Amino acid sequence: MTKTQLEIADLSIHFGGIRALDGASFEIRSGITTGLIGPNGAGKTTLFNCISGLTPGATGTVRFCGREISRESPQEISRAGLVRSFQLARGCENMTVFEHLMLYGPRQRGESLVSALLGNAEARRQEQALREEALDMARQLKLAHVLDNLVTRLSGGQKKLLEIGRVLLAKPKMILLDEPMAGVNPTLVQEIADHLVEIQKSGISIVLIEHEMELIERLCDEVIVMAGGRFLTRGSFSEIATNRDVQESYLGIRRQ
Amino acid sequence: MTSYLLFIGTITAIYALLSLGLVVSWGQAGMVNLGLVGFFGLGAYCSALLTYIGAPIGFGWLAGAALAAAIGVAFCLLTRTLRGDYLAIVTLGFGEGLRLVELNERWLTGGSDGISGIRPPLKEALSDLYPWFYFTLAWAVVALAAWALSRILASPFGRALRAVRDDEKVAAVAGKNVLRLKCQAFGIGAALFGFAGALYAHFTSYISPDNFVIQLTIYIFLAVTAGGYSRLVGAIFGSLAVMTILESSRFAAEFIPGLSAVQIASLREFTIAVALIMIMQLRPQGVFGLRNERAGANASDGAPHATAVPATPN
Repeated sequence: MTKTQLEIADLSIHFGGIRALDGASFEIRSGITTGLIGPNGAGKTTLFNCISGLTPGATGTVRFCGREISRESPQEISRAGLVRSFQLARGCENMTVFEHLMLYGPRQRGESLVSALLGNAEARRQEQALREEALDMARQLKLAHVLDNLVTRLSGGQKKLLEIGRVLLAKPKMILLDEPMAGVNPTLVQEIADHLVEIQKSGISIVLIEHEMELIERLCDEVIVMAGGRFLTRGSFSEIATNRDVQESYLGIRRQ
Repeated sequence: MTSYLLFIGTITAIYALLSLGLVVSWGQAGMVNLGLVGFFGLGAYCSALLTYIGAPIGFGWLAGAALAAAIGVAFCLLTRTLRGDYLAIVTLGFGEGLRLVELNERWLTGGSDGISGIRPPLKEALSDLYPWFYFTLAWAVVALAAWALSRILASPFGRALRAVRDDEKVAAVAGKNVLRLKCQAFGIGAALFGFAGALYAHFTSYISPDNFVIQLTIYIFLAVTAGGYSRLVGAIFGSLAVMTILESSRFAAEFIPGLSAVQIASLREFTIAVALIMIMQLRPQGVFGLRNERAGANASDGAPHATAVPATPN
């Protein structure tokens, strides 16, 4: 049994009259891939938004590696090693693939105004190292030939690959992936799945929102089911697949 | 004629400085400052008043820039929880509001009479060479600012700034301190506006609220848009272009018969409007367009489709 890395306790948020999260509580263990499933509107993406600090105003607590992060800003959470991807592969439309990869480099000295102006040997060294990492990442993800393209020119699949690449460049301890394989052709789905296996082997915990049960079965060590903004149940894939509640609330719609 | 050209050339340098400031805050960080002329006026009045009570001219200039920067950062912090549009509205209000303060607080600003006799630096010592000196000085300031900004914007700081411009959430998730970056960019922009104002005040030796009307903000936005809104070189090019249009329309009016004096005066604004529409039609990205960092020649080693995908136009 590996230890708890992310601890969500009684997390609630409502938008107008809609309770998107309604007292969600569960733990996510480190070093494994955790699948997060549930019907549309179960609060999965909202959960990611609250955990990553992008949607403030939730009540309850989130602890990451023992540190309370529920009141922290998105950048502080990211710097703590908890980095999320975006479902719709958000991008800066005027920036290239290369710039996106470089953007995610953590704690760059050159980002301080003074060292940017005066020049700084340490900042230059860091930038060069980051550049090597970014190029290497692009090669691994087969994005090397589109490095100088604006992200708006990428195909849907390439955007998903870039999303994974830049999240990894932030040197995270845990990544929150929001449907990283949705709307991608079957060959690329397999490629992305292979990348995820590699990522987990390298020691990064993964939390994966995914609707394709074959992928959940293949990739996830543990599955957490959400429904109606709450934790419903958890277990291995086979446990979940035979759980009556889950069949009713989610799987049943598809499998029977 | 030489003195006229030197005058216009110096004013162009001041416009270029304003445009550089706008490139940083708007072009690079995406923050619309519609109160540009307010910061310009703030720098002008600050320096004029400080030197009037005996402060050295250089100190007046720096104080003008610092005051404008402080106000700019304050606005950034005030609007930090609001959408970007509100910063535009707040600064627009500031620009107009400051002009009304200049107009009505007669004890401080002289009201509509303005402030005259603002000390020119080294004028007695240089006598005839003075216009040349100020022209050179103004362009040296522009060159220095452009050099410093090009260093800043080519660094990881600049990259983070452009990410904030395009998508704040992505920048935040990438671990960037969005609020600090915005304050810094807006502050640098405001400082340049303030410094330009101080340069202007000591150049013309006379300022009044009439010098700080919204048209100037529009001219600078036009200059920056024309040059390519995120480009430093575009800002300098754009200010030259705008000044050329403004001044040549003054002479062109003489060749168009049947215009009254009032109509001739409006011809300037008309020409500017036509120019803006034409740029937006012909080259919406501006003359110099976008520039992105290149991954470098060895980036696509081993990539099978290295030439199959068209490169991004710059």
